[in-house]
Amino acid sequence: MVRVAGETLNSKVPDGPIQEKWDRHRFNLKLVNPANKRKFSVIVVGTGLAGGAAAASLAELGYNVKAFCFQDSPRRAHSIAAQGGINAAKNYANDGDSIWRLFYDTVKGGEWRAREANVYRLAQVANSIIDQCVAQGVPFAREYGGTLANRSFGGAQVSRTFYCRGQTGQQLLLGAYQALMRQVGLGRVKMFARREMMDLIVIDGVARGIVVRNMVTGQFEVHTADAVCVCTGGYGNVYYLSTNAKGCNVTAAWRCHRRGALFANPCFTQIHPTCIPVSGDYQSKLTLMSESLRNDGRVWVPKNAKDTRKVTDIPDEDRDYYLERRYPSFGNLVPRDIASRAAKERCDAGFGVGESGLAVYLDFRDAIRRDGEDVVRKKYGNLFHMYEKITADNPYQVPMRIYPAVHYTMGGLWVDYNLMSNIPGLYVLGEANFSDHGANRLGASALMQGLSDGYFVIPYTIGDHLATAHLPKIADDHPACLAAKKDAEDRMTSLLNVNGRRSVDSFHRDLGHIMWDYCGMARNRSGLQGAIQKIRDLREEFWKNVRVPGSGNTLNQSLEMAGRVADFMEFGELLALDALEREESCGGHFREEYQEVDGEAKRNDEQYAYVAAWQFTGYGEEPVLHKEPLSFENVKPSKRSYK
Amino acid sequence: MSGDLLNLTLRIWRQAGPNAKGAFRDYQLQGVSTHMSFLEMLDVLNEKLLQAGEEPVAFDHDCREGICGMCSLMINGQAHGPDKATTTCQLHMRRFKNGDTIVIEPWRASAFPVLRDLVVDRSALDRIIQSGGFVSVNTGNAPDGNAIPIPGHVQEVAMDGAACIGCGACVASCKNASAMLFVAAKVSQLSLLPQGHPERASRVIDMVAQMDKEGFGSCTNTSECEAACPAEVSVTHIARLNREYFKAMLITEK
Repeated sequence: MVRVAGETLNSKVPDGPIQEKWDRHRFNLKLVNPANKRKFSVIVVGTGLAGGAAAASLAELGYNVKAFCFQDSPRRAHSIAAQGGINAAKNYANDGDSIWRLFYDTVKGGEWRAREANVYRLAQVANSIIDQCVAQGVPFAREYGGTLANRSFGGAQVSRTFYCRGQTGQQLLLGAYQALMRQVGLGRVKMFARREMMDLIVIDGVARGIVVRNMVTGQFEVHTADAVCVCTGGYGNVYYLSTNAKGCNVTAAWRCHRRGALFANPCFTQIHPTCIPVSGDYQSKLTLMSESLRNDGRVWVPKNAKDTRKVTDIPDEDRDYYLERRYPSFGNLVPRDIASRAAKERCDAGFGVGESGLAVYLDFRDAIRRDGEDVVRKKYGNLFHMYEKITADNPYQVPMRIYPAVHYTMGGLWVDYNLMSNIPGLYVLGEANFSDHGANRLGASALMQGLSDGYFVIPYTIGDHLATAHLPKIADDHPACLAAKKDAEDRMTSLLNVNGRRSVDSFHRDLGHIMWDYCGMARNRSGLQGAIQKIRDLREEFWKNVRVPGSGNTLNQSLEMAGRVADFMEFGELLALDALEREESCGGHFREEYQEVDGEAKRNDEQYAYVAAWQFTGYGEEPVLHKEPLSFENVKPSKRSYK
Repeated sequence: MSGDLLNLTLRIWRQAGPNAKGAFRDYQLQGVSTHMSFLEMLDVLNEKLLQAGEEPVAFDHDCREGICGMCSLMINGQAHGPDKATTTCQLHMRRFKNGDTIVIEPWRASAFPVLRDLVVDRSALDRIIQSGGFVSVNTGNAPDGNAIPIPGHVQEVAMDGAACIGCGACVASCKNASAMLFVAAKVSQLSLLPQGHPERASRVIDMVAQMDKEGFGSCTNTSECEAACPAEVSVTHIARLNREYFKAMLITEK
């Protein structure tokens, strides 16, 4: 049994009816006088939707902002790859949507493991996000009359998703990027690209700066500030193969964790149902086919295992449209966790298709018959093009083959209602925090959350800290800064000095196999216990046998990856431990021991309606579990059914 | 097709640092699966170099699905290689034949200095956006999204320009190393949308001035940029930029 902290965590959710909490809270937050804002500095790490929006908005308010990203330009952050869309309860479709319904759907979609007040706020500010993006010149799809278009997405029965073809994330990110570039041009943001955060500087218990490595020169730099916002995305790459960009990593979040920030619900990972299946040992990443495809595509496998007929020759009576069969009211639009598990169930039962047997069909035959190829091309043309590039199959003629893949991580650093971690002055935004999606995220809500945190939450909540905390000036050569810098330098030197025989990549692949096999779509006690031991063994081998070529004072991509993989090796164990301790099935976390007779997830509200936030106690030491109890006053927990 | 393996000669530009002298080096790579992406092929080469005690080839990449714009590479003299509307990361080895020699170079432009091997510095493109590639609207200032109707066909053309991924292939493929298509994509998008109208004159003048200042060449309407563009941004956006520029020069008080 793990050690559990005596006191529960205080989420600082304000009192009052849920509709009024955010308004009341904004009134109660301390303000920084406009003329005083220029006296404060804020560090923003990461320039995706959350970080880009935060850095721009804070600079507009008058704060001095330093923004950091590891890519060559802030425009490359992985938010750019989001395809499908962004939700908002505008009810433009006149189909019965409301802030309350978006709130309800998100709490239910997250299987009652998110904080109710945060979710309500998210649903409230979503409408302003759409307005802001339109004003920035984001070219959302429009109807012929010129009004904004909507489409439906998994887990919802209304059309509330705004989109820009199949590249919504790109357009929203470029909107935030342009706002950020405007502030850089005005001199209010200092932008540091090709910098990787290596450590957090904590002085007298307060976050006061970061250590970064300049990835071109290899030099370590200290940057101090009055507050630090970590907006560094999720940890999906702990599985090696995922839909994340190759550079996505847990290092910034993990380094904060090692300095005392609690890591919440790491076992809540999202496996996306519609990705292009794995095709070889050399494969470096998996490619998502947007969930929007399930609006028109029908998912099926042959009724006869190993049916050898040409796929287009298999008649309807021999096809098992298993989502429509199992979930008649939501059909192909069930949420991601449900769709993923259903695909795994069919493949495990021997009905999978393709060379590996690990794939199901996503078929557009009926949509093309109904609407014509041109209509389908207009909606999904770029996705079909990408599919054909990768697989050399033409999805207008044969069904796509898809399989679930790691996509998004609901867990992240623990934050309170103000998005502040348990370390005062350290804020965590976007996918990097844990707060709004519970155990499963609904489609088109990640973009909503990143932009909500960056544009409409942090600008208010950060002022309260800056106005009330004692923030003496910190020099770059403060002992705590020098110590953190030296730690970071020593760590890189140790990696270079191992001088073993195996590449970083080979260790990362091995870690990914362990994570996918034992902490993937289905988990069980003995598998997780074994996984923890396997990760420890692999980590030990890594530090004895990894080979990092080159030196530390040049551009060295092997060294960059080595640092990230070393942190994944520590983090992976925490993920497995969290999955082991949560003895229930909910959302993306499916424990085989806890399921209904029909194979649906069996949640345990009596014992597990809490956020599991882990405290670091030392390398290789058992962490301490802190609990934040979750209560649901507005959306009463019930069996989550999409039947 | 499955099971096809290629033996290749890779002629790759190696350069130790920004000020070091670079040169081509040849590498033999056997048994390359045709299902691999081009970058996965380079991953395999790097693993081999590492085992041989050599330093891996540095190249920029991130999303590996054609949208982030981080990957680059001149492949046999073509930006992003031989496929139309395809980034290097989406290019697959089935496009090559057994026995091929593949020449791999960084983007070549004086505004894109080489940092190491195949990695270049494209921050000049960020500075062009900083000079005017935005709408000046602070967070919180926006009217309702449907307050200004935008005809569907206008929005579609704006989206065509907005689709630019900022990779720099237009610059690399241009004999003058002009960034005209990159600049035009943004100017065009924001001049088509009503939200961009208040600043449309200053935007085009400032962005073109910054492009010149960064050392990019002039546009001579060769259209190589359009042919190389993985996002299929059309040179009609350059025509629109030119119209915007002439109009702006007539009315501006600068």
